[in-house]
Amino acid sequence: MKLTLRVWRQQSADAEGAMSTYEVDGISQDMSFLEMLDTLNEELILKGEDPVAFDHDCREGICGACSLVINGDAHGPERTTTCQLHMRSFRDGDTIDIEPWRASAFPVVKDLVVDRSAFDRIIEAGGYITAPTGAAPEAHATPVPKPDADLAFEHAECIGCGACVAACPNGAAMLFTSAKVNHLNVLPQGAPERETRVLDMVGQMDAEGFGGCTLAGECATACPKGIPLVSITGMNKEWLRATRRAAKR
Amino acid sequence: MTTYADYTTGEPVADTKAPAGPVAERWDTRRFEAKLVNPANRRGKTVIVVGTGLAGGSAGATLAEQGYHVVQFCYQDSPRRAHSIAAQGGINAAKNYRNDGDSVHRLFYDTVKGGDFRSRESNVHRLTQISVEIIDQCVAQGVPFAREYGGLLDTRSFGGVQVSRTFYARGQTGQQLLLGAYQALSRQVAAGNVEMHPRTEMLDLVVVDGRARGIVARDLITGRIDTYFADAVVLASGGYGNVFYLSTNAMNSNATAIWRAHRRGAYFANPCFTQIHPTCIPRTGDHQSKLTLMSESLRNDGRIWVPKAKGDDRPPNRIPEDERDYYLERIYPSFGNLVPRDIASRAAKNVCDEGRGVGPGGQGVYLDFADAVERMGREAVEAKYGNLFDMYQRITDEDPYRVPMRIYPAVHYTMGGLWVDYDLQTTVPGLFAIGEANFSDHGANRLGASALMQGLADGYFVLPATINDYLARNPLGDEVDDGHPEVQEVLAETEDRLNLLLSVDGDRTPDSFHRELGEVMWEFCGMARTDSGLRKALERIPQIREEFWRRIKVPGTGEEFNQSLEKANRIVDYLELAELMCLDALHRAESCGGHFREESQTPDGEAARKDDEFGYAAAWEFTGTGDAPTLHKEDLVFEYVHPTQRSYA
Amino acid sequence: MARTVWDSTVGKKTVMAVSGLVMLLYLVAHMIGNLKIFFGTEEFNHYAHWLRTVGEPFMHYEWTLWLIRVVLVVAVVAHAVSAYQLSRRDIRARPSKYVHKKRRASYATRTMRWGGVILGLFIVWHVLDLTTGTVHSGGFESGKPYQNVVDTFSTWYGNVIYLVAMLALGLHIRHGFWSAAQTLGAGSRTRDRALKTTANILALLLTIGFVAVPVGVMTGVVS
Repeated sequence: MKLTLRVWRQQSADAEGAMSTYEVDGISQDMSFLEMLDTLNEELILKGEDPVAFDHDCREGICGACSLVINGDAHGPERTTTCQLHMRSFRDGDTIDIEPWRASAFPVVKDLVVDRSAFDRIIEAGGYITAPTGAAPEAHATPVPKPDADLAFEHAECIGCGACVAACPNGAAMLFTSAKVNHLNVLPQGAPERETRVLDMVGQMDAEGFGGCTLAGECATACPKGIPLVSITGMNKEWLRATRRAAKR
Repeated sequence: MTTYADYTTGEPVADTKAPAGPVAERWDTRRFEAKLVNPANRRGKTVIVVGTGLAGGSAGATLAEQGYHVVQFCYQDSPRRAHSIAAQGGINAAKNYRNDGDSVHRLFYDTVKGGDFRSRESNVHRLTQISVEIIDQCVAQGVPFAREYGGLLDTRSFGGVQVSRTFYARGQTGQQLLLGAYQALSRQVAAGNVEMHPRTEMLDLVVVDGRARGIVARDLITGRIDTYFADAVVLASGGYGNVFYLSTNAMNSNATAIWRAHRRGAYFANPCFTQIHPTCIPRTGDHQSKLTLMSESLRNDGRIWVPKAKGDDRPPNRIPEDERDYYLERIYPSFGNLVPRDIASRAAKNVCDEGRGVGPGGQGVYLDFADAVERMGREAVEAKYGNLFDMYQRITDEDPYRVPMRIYPAVHYTMGGLWVDYDLQTTVPGLFAIGEANFSDHGANRLGASALMQGLADGYFVLPATINDYLARNPLGDEVDDGHPEVQEVLAETEDRLNLLLSVDGDRTPDSFHRELGEVMWEFCGMARTDSGLRKALERIPQIREEFWRRIKVPGTGEEFNQSLEKANRIVDYLELAELMCLDALHRAESCGGHFREESQTPDGEAARKDDEFGYAAAWEFTGTGDAPTLHKEDLVFEYVHPTQRSYA
Repeated sequence: MARTVWDSTVGKKTVMAVSGLVMLLYLVAHMIGNLKIFFGTEEFNHYAHWLRTVGEPFMHYEWTLWLIRVVLVVAVVAHAVSAYQLSRRDIRARPSKYVHKKRRASYATRTMRWGGVILGLFIVWHVLDLTTGTVHSGGFESGKPYQNVVDTFSTWYGNVIYLVAMLALGLHIRHGFWSAAQTLGAGSRTRDRALKTTANILALLLTIGFVAVPVGVMTGVVS
């Protein structure tokens, strides 16, 4: 396949960026999207040009590092991560636009690489259960009903890639935050910190400069792990509950 | 002039930390004998942890909980992305919730035997004792393990063992355990007890007066090279499977931290022990950048076969039953498709070498679910393996419900690593290695679902108990700073190396060298190794290294985000480590676990161990790039599990 | 507490949801009242008068009406201020647009902001037209609402403004009602369909109910 790529190039966080056009040839249908970019970069290096910077690591769809907006879609046309997208989803002669996640809470580091440390700070604000090592009771001491365990798992599947923020017209991080709130709040182990967790995490999410939720649903459509939109509803409910309880205290 | 293959044998090395006495009591004894650091004094002690996977994440969190000041590093943009996240299958623990006869002793026995009698009994026993606490700890953290309708934890059997002791979270156990450790770590970051440096890569170890005192690391965004000092340094940087270029490791997983530590005096043990996983998706062409693992559980219901005739390129469904060779069922009638990983991998290689492989390049065998679909019905197969089938279809564009899957072995895990004693301390005082970065627990072959167990055992429980002893017994002298001559030397070496990489301005990309090295390693130090092949590799690797330094092209500068420079610098270390791996494989003229020497096999083609000659762990001491290293043997004593030849026929 | 709610994006959305639901309740009552116009001058004017006397003798003349007006003004202001602040925040959170543009969310979702502005302007016009009579087209007579309504919808622009506003209202309710349910945590996987259907029915009924009046005037059913 022969393709025309229009790629966002930006030297550093403070530099101006723009789209640059590249031609790549001899692309196999079996290549992953990132292997196609590897091919481009090999050519650029040999030509003495700066290769395109992009985040990637496991290339198995689980680490959450890869983060490209392809033809306007976070992670491209299929519901998966960029690393699991294959070139058979494109046709010979296609022009493909490749851009970074765009949100003011995710500033560009270089080219297609953005800084997602805001997500880490949201987790630091309360996305954990306080269980110091060694203090744990026997695992079977607290049975967890299977539906609750399954629900927790479904939310825990979030890989923290940030596609939800990239796709959201408001640059909101509600789906990411709600996935963690729901994962931990649905479990009995998470109950003691249930209220502070949701209040602190939402507070941090706001402090990071993410937008608000207008329930457009773009996040859930873009999510490669299928975290459902109703996750946000669940977090809203937890937040209201926590606010009411905090008021009583 | 001596060549690299002419290594010398030095003094034996021994673990002096494991107490004597019954193996089941050694960990308690050690914990009691280890000195403690007064809680009030811990705040003033700094521990550097490199890596944030299961071992590093859990160690950082736990040390910080204990009151130490932890300074932690990862090359990823977030500690949550370490490659432990990709582990699928599960985590072993001797809970015996099934009442099926499991016990700490049985897990201990299985692990020593599975490691083909090349691991240390004391360490393995401790690991299996701790396995039980790990599950408790993870459940308390909110790890959503699979549960049964009664609300209790579910387990499954894994990797050919006869008990059901593997705890799991669908096909994402590694992810869930890692997020648990990451969240515990995040709590400590918020509390100010952990100073986290993401996108910062360790480039060298600082050793002052013979003790590890810090690291040199590069900020991957700004390119700034800095020194970080501490009272002890913990390496949790994972394995070195990426030496092979194609592996199931993450693209950026690398050996720099452990290799640089090795160069600074830490012995490297059993580097040739690599695990090759039999069920990976085959490569599709030269563009292939990495390989993807398919869970071993597929072998429970899939049947492995190749055509009987060489070069038979008919589509699989058109090959009649009597022209198919179900070779594992044929050669190993009692275990069939469930033989251990190393045996399944080697058998696949053999049939492909005979020219009977399938798919592009003949590098693949079929894993057929037609019988399973007929026997269990499509729905049952879907319920059990649906997500794996989907993943396969996404990558290959083939529907495994209709067409047999194609699989081929791939490098997956490295049992070798930095030599450590019972306290997980390397031969450099103050330098500890945990998780896949050390060599300790899996011998020559790791059992399925044991990597997660070891990473978390080391990080949550072992290191936090043993590091106290070092910190309490060894008050450090003066504070070190950048002005210290030994520090300046390391800094200068690091800067020179990067500058040299940038200044060669040759005509080959970093990847082209990595790929070339990988091909040599796969060919000669892969699933089957021979004396002549390894000698060829030992001849070839220095040539590639020489060419690398002559023709490498790294664009850009060192003072910016430069992924080509990161890659090239990692390859520098692969080019040295690869040589040691081949030497280790050459010197170990026996077959054991993942290390198969064609010269050492039984008449029916199975691995033949030579316990009298090679019943030791080989710890190598660095003497200079390209110079023959010195071998230090650690004799392995088996008091509880007596060596027997494995048999799966 | 109030501060935490107001400072949080989730809190502001809650304010919007609650104020929106208050307005929605009012609109349902308003629409039912409007339909009395089809039963003739007397019944409609009588209903208008009743609005002022409702609650007597406990309440004084027009007290109830004023109470409702105050609640409505508070709801409108809270809704609008939250919406304004959230929108500014949202725009700040996504300052640069994607080069590759794509149509995304449903029409109702995308029109919430501008639909809201249209509705806000409409409310001002509507009050000036039929409550105070300031911009009324005919000779506004307080106490004769039937005639006032007929006058308004006898002008082309009165009809256009009203029809456009009611379409915007339908779309606004369609996404707004469902959205409010999510914000208040009332949504769930099993309830989602029911909520969406309710939102659609409410949007449709209110639009038809309100539009019926100008259509009635235009077709001469009401004159």
